[in-house]
Amino acid sequence: MSTMQENQPLLYLDGVSVSFDGFKAINNLSLVVDHGEMRAIIGPNGAGKTTMMDIITGKTRPDTGEVFFEGEKDLTQLDETQIANLGIGRKFQKPTVFEGHSVYDNLVLALKGDRGVFATLFSRFSAKDRERIEEILATIRLQSRAQTLAADLSHGQKQWLEIGMLLAQDPKLLLVDEPVAGMTDAETEETAKLLRRIAKTRSVVVVEHDMGFIRDLGVKVTCLAEGSVLAEGSLDHVSADERVILSYLGR
Amino acid sequence: MITAKLLSRFGLSASALIVALLAIAILFPLANLALPPENPLHVPSHLLPLLGKYLCYAMLALALDLVWGYCGILSLGHGAFFALGGYAMGMYLMRQIGPRGVYADPILPDFMVFLNWQELPWFWYGFDQFWFACLMVLLVPGALAFVFGWFAFRSRVTGVYLSIITQALTYALLLAFFRNDMGFGGNNGLTDFKEILGFSLQADSTRAALFAASAIMLALTFALCRAITLSKLGKVMQALTNAENRVRFIGYRVEHVKLFAFTLSAMIAGIAGALYVPQVGIINPGEFAPANSIEVVIWTAVGGRGTLLGPIFGALLVNGGKSYFTAAFPEVWLFALGALFIAVTLFLPKGIVGLVTQLQERFAARKAAAKRQKQTAPPAKPALNPEAAE
Repeated sequence: MSTMQENQPLLYLDGVSVSFDGFKAINNLSLVVDHGEMRAIIGPNGAGKTTMMDIITGKTRPDTGEVFFEGEKDLTQLDETQIANLGIGRKFQKPTVFEGHSVYDNLVLALKGDRGVFATLFSRFSAKDRERIEEILATIRLQSRAQTLAADLSHGQKQWLEIGMLLAQDPKLLLVDEPVAGMTDAETEETAKLLRRIAKTRSVVVVEHDMGFIRDLGVKVTCLAEGSVLAEGSLDHVSADERVILSYLGR
Repeated sequence: MITAKLLSRFGLSASALIVALLAIAILFPLANLALPPENPLHVPSHLLPLLGKYLCYAMLALALDLVWGYCGILSLGHGAFFALGGYAMGMYLMRQIGPRGVYADPILPDFMVFLNWQELPWFWYGFDQFWFACLMVLLVPGALAFVFGWFAFRSRVTGVYLSIITQALTYALLLAFFRNDMGFGGNNGLTDFKEILGFSLQADSTRAALFAASAIMLALTFALCRAITLSKLGKVMQALTNAENRVRFIGYRVEHVKLFAFTLSAMIAGIAGALYVPQVGIINPGEFAPANSIEVVIWTAVGGRGTLLGPIFGALLVNGGKSYFTAAFPEVWLFALGALFIAVTLFLPKGIVGLVTQLQERFAARKAAAKRQKQTAPPAKPALNPEAAE
């Protein structure tokens, strides 16, 4: 990695706005995520959290503003696949895995490698690949379910499998949308541990409503409301902010 | 050793089908040519082209299954690729007629003389060569599918909308090929073929060879599709039917994967059409009829979508049924076909092949349960068990 990239933040959003039919979903949003940083995003429904992820991953084009990855890569000019291959992985709000495939095959498909049609057609599964998948299975605690169809997993296990697939992609930045929605308390706790472990080697952005979970993560928090940043800082700092209490916590 | 390799590569049922097709390719023509008519195993001469036709339909259903069963692309226009392959072969067969046509023109086919055309249109050049025609059998359907798919998949047209435009594609070609000035024989199409590669199409031996070629091509295309669906790319294709977005977000080019499958499928359909035409002796715009393409969907659904084996059986079964019913009870056939489709959709979502695997699984489960009972039963007599008495 060049020194220039070292000095640049990993993800840089500045003055981003997007509106749908006149409704400003994102309004002059600016956000900076550093290398190796984990960031939690909170905010009321409709604050633009998911839209922000759509913009970063190329699903939605912003009307105005800049979105840069690793300093010089302009994400507004790229599509989902190109952005994924730059090293940005995304977990959806609703767990999205390949239900017709086994847990193992889900990870095989996500494993980093040449994504071209013919490269995929003739690809061979190496011992190194096998090792890497065993490692991920251990991380997401699904070793015993490796040959289970993803459709037969519990909701929480599907969430973990999806996180595992992101890990297999080996991204530099992970965007995780409501990972603990619908999870039991024990599962939520496991997930916090899992994300903290992942954040040791890469940057993570987590959108979540569960305050207990955010406290467990213990990271810098950004509160969005009506499409822009309301407050930023430690959880205690943000939750003491009057505007945050008014628009989100107080209700 | 070859069988062992085949087994490990393709699995039991797929290997069995490949071996069976290759056996048929040898045995049926032999039973037709070598056995005397009074022998009970003799295959009558009229049956061979009919069975060969079914094999071509089976190949078409196989092609559809690659895109519908594995990529979730429901093409209602696959008959178009079949017909284009057929026309390419038909053009070769027309040029083979030479001066033996009704008007005895050495170059121009009869319908061109009849329309007062003075010279051969440029797109008929080269079709006097068999190799060129074979190339076109692959290239024309492949190129059409590639261009069509390029626009459709890049614009992310999916589901019902895609099905409708594939249907429109085949309908547009139907209308175009009906026109005399298109240069493909208009309404009548291409027919009155005499020979292929110098062999008379009326000869039993030629028909036997065409049948064998159909069976071998079906075995080869089946093996190819099976190898692809077993590869990592095949898994990506199946993943598309579960969560297309996830495929995109882990970095695969969804449109490229679909384009590959769609183009390859169209080429296989083209080969099927090319083998079909010399065996039925005619190709006309009727082959582009939307209803034909829909029938292919029915064969595939009946046999079992997403199984590769199923569509082959489905095509053979439904077409066998069609030949029988349209002769025995012509008025009920369409109702029977409709009822079959409804019944399969309602009760057999995975078709006949799905039913077989379901029965196998149930049988295996019962066997396992019986085994378990045997192991646990002797130590404690059920009658003495308080829980059982309850």
